[in-house]
Parts: sequence; structure tokens; C-alpha cells
Amino acid sequence: MKKILSLVLALAMALSLAACGGSSDSGSSSSSTGDSSSSEGSSSSESSATESEGDGEDDASGSDSAEVADSITLWTYPIGNWGTEATVNELVEGFYEATGITVTVEYLDYTAGDEKVNTAIAAGEAPDLIMEGPERLVADWGASGYMVDISDLLDDTDIAEINEAALAACYGDDGAVYEYPLVMTAHCMAINKTVFEAAGAMQYLDEETHLWNSSEDFFAAIEAVYEYTGSAVGAIYCGGQGGDQGTRALVNNLYGGTFASADHTSYTWNSEENIKALEALVACEGIEFDASIVGGDEIAQFYQGTLNVAFCWNIAQQLDPNTAGTGSGLTLSGDEILFMAFPTEDGSDPELCGGIWGFGIFDNGDDAKIAAAKQFILYMCDSEATADAVTAANYFAVRDTVEDGTVDISDIWADNEIMNEYNVLMQYLGDYYQVTTNWTSARYQWWNMLQVIGAGGDVAEAVETYAANADAGLSE
Amino acid sequence: MAKNKGQPAPSRALVRRETISGYLFMLPSLIFFVGFVIIPMILCIYTSFFDANLTANGEDTFIGFANYVELFNDDIFRKALVNTIIIVVVSVPVTCVFSLWVSSTIYKMRGPLLAFFRCVFYLPVVTGSVAVTVVWKWIYSYRTGVLNDVLTGIGILDSNVNWLGDTSTALACIIVILLTTSVGQPIVLYVSALGNVDSTLIEAAEVDGATDLQVFWRIKWPQMMPTTLYILVITTINSFQCFALIQLLTSGGPTHATDTVMYYIYYSAFKLYRLGYGNAMGVILAIFIALLSALQFKLAEEK
Amino acid sequence: MKSNVKSKYPSVYRVISVIVLIIFAILFLFPLYWIITGAFKPTTDIYSTDTVWWPTQWVTTNFEKLFSNRSAPLFTIGSLEGPTVPAAIRWLINSVFISVMAMLLTCITAAMAGYALAKKRFIGRNIVFALIVCAMALPKQVILIPLIREISAMGLYNTLWAVILPTVGWPFGVFLMKQFSEGVPGEMLEAARIDGAGEAQTFVQIVMPLIKPGIGALAIFTFINSWNDYFTQLIMLTSSANYSIAVGISTLQGDSSTDFGILMAGAALAAVPIITVFLIFQKYFTQGITMGAVKG
Repeated sequence: MKKILSLVLALAMALSLAACGGSSDSGSSSSSTGDSSSSEGSSSSESSATESEGDGEDDASGSDSAEVADSITLWTYPIGNWGTEATVNELVEGFYEATGITVTVEYLDYTAGDEKVNTAIAAGEAPDLIMEGPERLVADWGASGYMVDISDLLDDTDIAEINEAALAACYGDDGAVYEYPLVMTAHCMAINKTVFEAAGAMQYLDEETHLWNSSEDFFAAIEAVYEYTGSAVGAIYCGGQGGDQGTRALVNNLYGGTFASADHTSYTWNSEENIKALEALVACEGIEFDASIVGGDEIAQFYQGTLNVAFCWNIAQQLDPNTAGTGSGLTLSGDEILFMAFPTEDGSDPELCGGIWGFGIFDNGDDAKIAAAKQFILYMCDSEATADAVTAANYFAVRDTVEDGTVDISDIWADNEIMNEYNVLMQYLGDYYQVTTNWTSARYQWWNMLQVIGAGGDVAEAVETYAANADAGLSE
Repeated sequence: MAKNKGQPAPSRALVRRETISGYLFMLPSLIFFVGFVIIPMILCIYTSFFDANLTANGEDTFIGFANYVELFNDDIFRKALVNTIIIVVVSVPVTCVFSLWVSSTIYKMRGPLLAFFRCVFYLPVVTGSVAVTVVWKWIYSYRTGVLNDVLTGIGILDSNVNWLGDTSTALACIIVILLTTSVGQPIVLYVSALGNVDSTLIEAAEVDGATDLQVFWRIKWPQMMPTTLYILVITTINSFQCFALIQLLTSGGPTHATDTVMYYIYYSAFKLYRLGYGNAMGVILAIFIALLSALQFKLAEEK
Repeated sequence: MKSNVKSKYPSVYRVISVIVLIIFAILFLFPLYWIITGAFKPTTDIYSTDTVWWPTQWVTTNFEKLFSNRSAPLFTIGSLEGPTVPAAIRWLINSVFISVMAMLLTCITAAMAGYALAKKRFIGRNIVFALIVCAMALPKQVILIPLIREISAMGLYNTLWAVILPTVGWPFGVFLMKQFSEGVPGEMLEAARIDGAGEAQTFVQIVMPLIKPGIGALAIFTFINSWNDYFTQLIMLTSSANYSIAVGISTLQGDSSTDFGILMAGAALAAVPIITVFLIFQKYFTQGITMGAVKG
């Protein structure tokens, strides 16, 4: 009997020991409960937030007040170099030096990142801070009630400074602000200029303005390159949701369709224009519907020269194609990459899909953590450090000045030719519809619809079914 | 399988003693089993009757069997169930037959040669599911994959096939990978089972003029029955567990051609936030699997 | 050609069989070959549209990228942290820890429980056994949602134990050990009891040695299973210092690019150590597996 007992005991010991060892990494779970009861609403006033540096020094000097937590967690998607550990470490260290708050960073990817956050939510272990766009922070987690309203971080100066469209997207239906925007860009497409030149397809576009002459010319160009290379020029990737803004923008722009209604309450992609666009894409020989890849794979194949057109592109890609570090605007074999707006029927102004990225705070019921997270947001988005935070993202800042107009950050990309050139596309930023009701489900419907069409399904019928599903917020 | 029948009826004191010591021996295992299988299962059944979702501001409402009713009208679930069954029904027999064939070909080989082949077929098992999956993703790749390059190169294919992107090939591709990772253990088992077959019986049969096939069916096969049943059990488990392949290669597509119940549960719960719905699916699948296990076990008992 | 007399020359069937077998062997070796060469290929080889069968040049850039990608402390025990190393190394250590702990705990608990189920005629035995049989093939996905909540209520979410404990709860081991313990002769147990041996003593001194082969088989089975249990690891582990190698590799296929070079480097790192261990111990490995099934 003794032996069994000792076995059981040993087992129990092993377990408890291990529990100690293992749980340290998930620190938030152990420390959060103690703080939450004693903390006060420290973050209510703007002044406390703008004086964040002062607060932080108090904290660093060892005061035990539970007002501001001394460690928080940040989960970030790969937004430019916000997915690169070395870069983020520098930014986070800067924040630590200023405030004494340590930030533990975890890196998400677009393949399984959403599920990871959602599992963490289900487990009650969501991070304190998250970096992504309003489509997730506002339309998804914000609308589900997981995010903290951070409208107190925005004073009138901020509201005046921040790009109107970018800020508008950060408001939830309930009027709360769920995201503090940091950077933005317009998503575009790209062509392999070297191959296009060889195929005599450059006549169909304007290299200076980065616009196509017309939709007809776009297809003519694809046709020309297809004849020249004998293989698929571009792919309508639909293996998942990754990079789906590219396929949406292409379809919407071709014949002037829209994706969602202007008031962001319903989906309008079942319009004649979009059906016509999809049918044209199906009919186009040089374009393949490919359910085995997503945006990231498309970029890789474009970069390696297998595809000569990429629909998933933006300035970060142009600066560092495929994050391969082989030089700006060049493919693997040294071909020149030309970024382009999406084609429109008569060559008129395209409506580019915007990308907005910033920070949001998960409501884990711990005011001290929330206060610390707010300090982090102000440090990154509205302080001297903002310039570095923006450059790290490889995108454009959503504002020209920070800290009540005292710091000018409008010139951070002044020396960068590509960034300046890319600016011509920024004027075409269209409606940020990614916050439409049932957005998560709608995205799912979109790529599933493309799969059906790619498999030979009737376009009009598929469009009708899936747009209706999106409206109904169905899972099917 | 030994049975304790034929013993005299035990006394009450003995029963009590046996019960106490029996449960003491069971205790550590039961803690884990109840804690991490039974309790979650009960919670799973419980939540499946609620409209439980992952939103913070909505109360979970009791909706009775609504999730189940919806499931049976859900085309994707039906498709996922069919795919799951196809995966099991194809991979289990193919694994058994293939590993039996390999084993009977190699079991008489000389030591090092036998060891070599055994290792070769076991390697994908130890390579690890994710490592195997990512390399296959590359092999299958539509435009840059080695499979298309080879097949078009030797003229079997005219043009590249989008293996994972085509509804007609995607599921088959998944099953092929699954097969390569499941035959290793059965081969090792069969080789040893074949080696253990009573050779005097075989010699006697051969003297009597039995053909190889007759020797196999009449003498070897019956003796390998326990091994076969064991292999059936582990292969079935393995086939049901296949998740990494789907998640990393196809996300259930194209057009749900590779959706399995396991993947759909994960997707419903963590992409569409429908926890109750996911749980209802889990319950259906659990019932299905429990029945299958019970059936297999009954078969095993009879032998 | 067909003859019932054993000829010195192999039959046509046998020749064909061996040829087909060799083809299959090549096919089975190919993915591994592709991982290892791929890990050392320069980018141009990897992205070449014409298949490059052998690296034009052996480079370590893929590993450099893999190692500079993420970093983590070598180990974390309580508040003690080891030196910072490439996260991939830590992932490997985590995977080993998960697999070894799951293996040890499963073997101990399952051997005891299996013995009790086989040899103890306690009340409720049939019910317990029936439950075990039914739950045996249950995929973890079925109970994952409640499991996550339970694990996080225990404060174990995002720890390696969140992966280990559910694995131990999985009842296949108990089933296997029960089958083994059936073979323990009742007379020996009876004799031990008459000699005054306690229950624990009987188990350790008499039962354990007899079911050792079974424990070996279970150990291998559990180790491999937890090594490959990507699913549980994926949902339970959220911080990169806690990733297993399987989850770690899967995060390498990001959105902004799919770099097969870095993926192959990760796959090689995951596969080579365990394959080496397997090749060194393959004799024991196969013995262990085999022993397990003879009783099956």
C-alpha cells in the first residue's frame, strides 16, 4: 500500500512542481486577479495619459501602487516589421525606459492568428494589447464586447490630427473607440515590369500614374503576357482569407461594383458589375482561380517569377518584396516590380481598399493593466516615439503631427523615393468597408464563393447565394 | 484473452477488498481520465443545448435541440461527416493491406535489409506531422511542386494539376499523406507477427501441396488476427485525429472538399464563435466513434 | 513458372514485389530527402520552376533565418530563465519535455489501472472499462472547447502541462495495459498474496516485470503521439517560448510570404533529432512496438 501511496504522492509532487515551472510564462493569469480589486479608474482623464512619462517614472522607482501594472502583454500581427522580433524589441525597450513597464510580445500570423486570439478569449487569457486593423479590433472583437473603449485617449487635437477616414473606422457601432490608429496604406496590385515590357504589355497602363488605361486594357495586357510566357499570369487565390482584400478590390474595381453598402449594414457584392467582373476573370485565360494558395503564397510566387501579376500588394511589399531582404521593388531574379492601382472600366479613379493598423486593448477586467496598455498606446501613437513606431510598420502615419501638434512626423519618409512615389495611390483610398456588420462571416463567404466559381460553378448563382449568406451572417 | 470464469463466487469480504484495492490502483489514471475526458465530455453535452457563442455581452440561452436540428440541415456538416467517413473507410483498409503486403515481402529478408525497409516505412511517423505536412505542401504545389514537374516531365500529365486546389484531387492528396504516416507501425507489427507464425504448420502444409496463397489464408492469417485487430484500432484512431493536414494544407477547401468534422468543429468554434454548435458536432462525432469502438471491441472479444 | 516445390530462384511474383517495394521505399524516403536538401538550398534553387534535385550550393541561410526569427530563454523554471537562444531550440526542448512527461505519466497510471482492470474484480469494473473503450478513439477536437476552459480555470493554459495532462487522460494506454495484464497468471498473484506480499509489492515485484514489454510499447506509442499532437499544442500554447516544435514550424508560414526554405529548415530541425534517436534505438523501438501487439 505504501508504494502506491508514494507513487501517487510522487505524481502529485511532479504535477505541482511542474505547474510552478510552467505557468510563469503566462504570468498574466496569476498576477491579474490580485491587482484588479484594489485598482481605481486611473485612466479616466486625458491628463494622466498625456503625462504618461511622469507616471512611469514613479512606477519605476518602486512604488507599489496598483494603479498601473508594471507588465503587459502585446500580441501583434506581422504588420511590416511589427512582426520582426528585433525591431519590436527596440520599440518595447524604449517604452520600458520611458515608463518602467515591461511588455511581453507574442507574434501572430495571418494563417492561424485569429483562431489563436479566439482560443485565448475562450480561455479567458486574452492579451492586454493587440495590434491589427479595425476589421478585427472594431468589427470583430470590439463588436463582441471584448475591447476597452479608449475614446478618452483622443482629445480634440488628436481627432483633428488623425486622418478622418482612418479614425472613422476605429469607432464601433456603439460610438466607442476600439482602436487607436497608427499607420495606414492603400492596398494595390503589382506587375512584373520586366516581363510586361518584354511582352509588349506596357502600352496598356500608365507607368507614371500607376493606373490602367481601362479594364479592357488590363485583360489585353494579361492576354499579351500570357501569350508571351505561356503560363498563368495572375491567380485569384482563394485557399483561405489571407490577403482577400486583393481579390475583393480587383473584382469591385473592374466594372465599378462595391462590396458593401455605404452605411456598412449590408453586402452589395451581388451586383451586376461584380458578376460581370467575375465572369470576365473566369473567362480570362491568363488568370487562374487557385484554391491551393492564399495571399502570402501568391506574393511568394510573384516574387519568384512564377506569376507576373500580384493582387496582394502594398507599400510594405514594394519596400521589401516577400520580406526576403533582396532589395526594394525587385523580384528574386532582379526583375523590376511596378505597383499598380486596380483597373477600372474607363480608366477613372480606382477605389483602393485601405489598410489601417493600430492598437486596441482587451478588457480583462484589470484596470491596472488597462492603464498600462493605454500608456503604451500613447507612447507608440502620440509621442516622440511615434516616428519609429510608424517606420517599423513600413506604412504611412495616420497623422502629420503628434503630442498636440508639437512634434512633426510628416517627413519620416521624406528620403524614401518609393514611399513618395507610392503616395500617388493614397488619394484613391476608398471606403473602409471592412467594419460592415457580420464582417468575419462575410470574409468567409467571399473566399468560399471564389472556390465555388473557380471549381466551375455558375457565377451569378454563386454570387447570389454567398452574398445572401453574408448578409444573414450565416456560417454556411 | 484470459477470462476469470470458472472460479468460485467470491466472498463479500474479498469483493470489498478487491474493490478498494482496485480503485486505488485505478485512482491516478481515473483522475486524469475523469478530469480531462469525462468532465469535458459532460460539459460538451451540456453546452451543446445552448446558443453559446464567444461574445462577451450575450447571455447563453437554452435552445434545446436546435443546434442538433441545425446540424442535420447543415450541408457543410454533412459534407464534413462524409469526408471524415471517407478518410477512415479508405485509409484503414488500405493501411492494413499495404502494410501486410510490405511485411510479407520483407519479413524473410536478411537482418540489415529487413531493418532498412522497416525504418524507411517508419520514418514518416517519427518525422512529425507538421514537418511532413509542410514538405508535402511544397511537393504538391501547383506551379513549383516537384510532383507536377515530374509527372509532366515523364509525360503522364499534359499540364500541371492543382493537387490541393482541385475539388477532385484534394481529399485524395490528404489521404495519401495520411497513409504515409500510418503504415509504419503496422508494418513493424506484421513483420513480427509473420515471423512468429508456427513454421512447422507451414512446412506441413507445403508438404501437403498447399499453394502459397492457401498457406497464407489458412495458416498465417488466422494467427495474425490479434495483430490485425490491434492495427485496426490504432489506424482508426489515427485517421480520426488527422487535423494538421487539413489545417495547414487546405483549410477544408476547396469548396469543403476536405472539410472534416474535426476541422469544422475547430472552425465553428474559433472562427465563427459558435461554441454551442461546435459542441453539438462534437457530441455527434463522439457517439459515432463510440459506436465504432464498441463494434471493434466486440469483434476483438469474439476472437 | 508456378511450382509448389521451393526453387532456389525467386519467383516472378517475388521479383516484381521487391521492385515495387523499392519504388515505394524511394517514395517514402523522398519527403525526408526533400526536407533536408531543401533546408540547405539557396533561395534561387527553392523558387526555381525547374526542380532542383540537389542543392547547387549548400547554404545555411535558411537556418540563419530560422534562428534569427524568434528568440526565447533556453528554459524557464519558476522565475529562473536560461540564456536567450533561438526560439526553435526552445521549441525542441519543449517538445521533448512534453513527450517525455506524457510518456512517463501515461505509463505509470496506465500500468496500474490496466492491472486493476484485468486482475481485480471490483464493483463497477465493467462500467469503467466500457467507458474507456468508448472514449478510446475520441479525437480531442470533440472536447476541446470545455477542455480549454477547464485548463485555464486550473491556471495551466499556455503551459506545457496543458498539453501533457489531457494526453495522460486519454484511455488508450489503460486499454493496452489491461490486455497485457490479462496474461499475468493468477496463480502467481495468489502465491504472492499467500506469502504475505502487499498489493503494492505484488504489483511492483510480480506484475511489472511481466508487463514490461507492454509498458515499452505504450511508452513508444505515447511518445510519438504526443510529439505529433499538433492540435492540442496549437490550442493550448500561446506564447512563443512555450511552443512545441510542431506549432513553432506552423507559425513560420506567415501571411506576408511563404518561404519554403525556412519551413524546410524548421522541419529538418524537428525531424532530424528524433529520427537520429529512432535510428540508434530502432532495434528496441521495433521490439517495443512488437511486444505490444503480440497480446493485442
